[in-house]
Amino acid sequence: MDKIIYLDHASTTPADAEVVTAMLPWHSEQFGNPSTVYSLGLTAAHAVQVAREAIAKAIGADADEIYFTSGGTESDDWAILGTAEAQQKKGRHLITSTIEHHAVLESMEYLEKHGYEITRVAVDGGGLVDLESVRRAIRPDTILVSVMHANNEVGTIQPIAEIGKITREAGVLFHVDAVQTAGKLPLDVEALGVDMLSVSAHNLYGPKGIGLLYLRKRTRISPLFHGGGQEKGRRAGTHNVPGIMGMAKAFELAGARMGGDADREAALRDRLWQGLSGDIEAIYLNGDPVRRLPNNLNVRLDGIEGEAMILMLDMEGICVSSGSACTTGSLEPSHVLLAMGIPAEHAHGSLRVTLGRGTTAEDIDHFIKVFPPIVSRLREMSPVWCANCACKQRN
Amino acid sequence: MYSELVMEHFRNPRNMGSIEDADGVGEVGNPQCGDMMRITIKVKDDVLEDIKFQTLGCGAAVATSSMVTEMAKGKKLDEALTISNKAVAEALGGLPPAKMHCSNLAADGLRAAIDDYHARHPAG
Repeated sequence: MDKIIYLDHASTTPADAEVVTAMLPWHSEQFGNPSTVYSLGLTAAHAVQVAREAIAKAIGADADEIYFTSGGTESDDWAILGTAEAQQKKGRHLITSTIEHHAVLESMEYLEKHGYEITRVAVDGGGLVDLESVRRAIRPDTILVSVMHANNEVGTIQPIAEIGKITREAGVLFHVDAVQTAGKLPLDVEALGVDMLSVSAHNLYGPKGIGLLYLRKRTRISPLFHGGGQEKGRRAGTHNVPGIMGMAKAFELAGARMGGDADREAALRDRLWQGLSGDIEAIYLNGDPVRRLPNNLNVRLDGIEGEAMILMLDMEGICVSSGSACTTGSLEPSHVLLAMGIPAEHAHGSLRVTLGRGTTAEDIDHFIKVFPPIVSRLREMSPVWCANCACKQRN
Repeated sequence: MYSELVMEHFRNPRNMGSIEDADGVGEVGNPQCGDMMRITIKVKDDVLEDIKFQTLGCGAAVATSSMVTEMAKGKKLDEALTISNKAVAEALGGLPPAKMHCSNLAADGLRAAIDDYHARHPAG
């Protein structure tokens, strides 16, 4: 294989060359600690402030509402655990959905073990959260609602602005994991009515190890990291200056390219689906057919297991992912697909293809060419697939 | 993640398929767990004359199926019955710990096929 065809952009994205260039000086010549008072440090502090303002503007926030973190997981953990601690006098009830990222679900589970009550709102067959269920779940002791903007597996985009209205009317804080949408969809914290929002840079062609939590002014949450007083004492730790510079550049590039990228990727994604569904029998779309990210295609195939597909595609130089148990690192297949009502035996046969800036029409055509023979070979190997009775299989 | 030998068996599985007029059939696993295996055997004079597998599952499930057929083919039935899941994994140069439990059921499949043969041929 001479070329890698990378189709797993929901997992991570390559840092843009301009991002890397923007970071370089801050590793060496300009290595100063922004918390110091001599000019080397002040230069760094100034650059961090400029970056903070630019990033804030990109999501409709004020600079002093942006808190730099190590990435999406820290931001999610902080929003949830920090709220739980700071608001426990008001109540110990939190609401989330069944299809959140593990960073949210595991934090909620942790709270559950420590005396908090969690309501997990169900989703429909396309992965969409029902607004009425959110409204009904809110109680006088509810302190936080956390719902992701778009799902990382099936790409379903949630009605965040509508949920924001509900939480605002109820006077409950609203956290949104926007890791999959920052840089892909227009984000405006005012229009969405959110109080907290998590972003990680490596999902928008920025560096790994840097992210942010947007915290609306006067939102009371406790710090997770205690230490040197950085970020107004709310998130201690020496600033990751190169990472912050890289993330600012990534936001800048995303702002300029967003609409064009989305249209181009959606067209390629649709071409891929048409090609695959035309050539392969018993292949189905997962997720909401309309309200989904432009670069996401999630399918399931009868009679095949996901990891085997991934390994065979890897031999062709193609990187994709799956919701099968083998690839979730547990014995259970994807919690997202299960929550959408997809039976376990079908969830094991899922495949997620996420396109990106570097994806070309040739890449997609190559995928359409090499994938059907892989499916045939695995089905030939499968004891539950019979070629002449596809529609009756495993129902 | 996988040893070179596991990948080699995954890429080029031995004895893949199904024996039409099998003397014994063994099915283990279940599609809900994502792994399922079907082993068919042909027995002559108490010896595994032919053996074939079909597997739904991950790389480890396919490789262990392939390996067990290679280990068992030509062996006497009571000898074949002594092949353990652990021995299959060892013959493959080991499996990732997470795979030892869920995807390492090839020897169970072989035993199920031999049991089925005995059930069908009580005199033998």
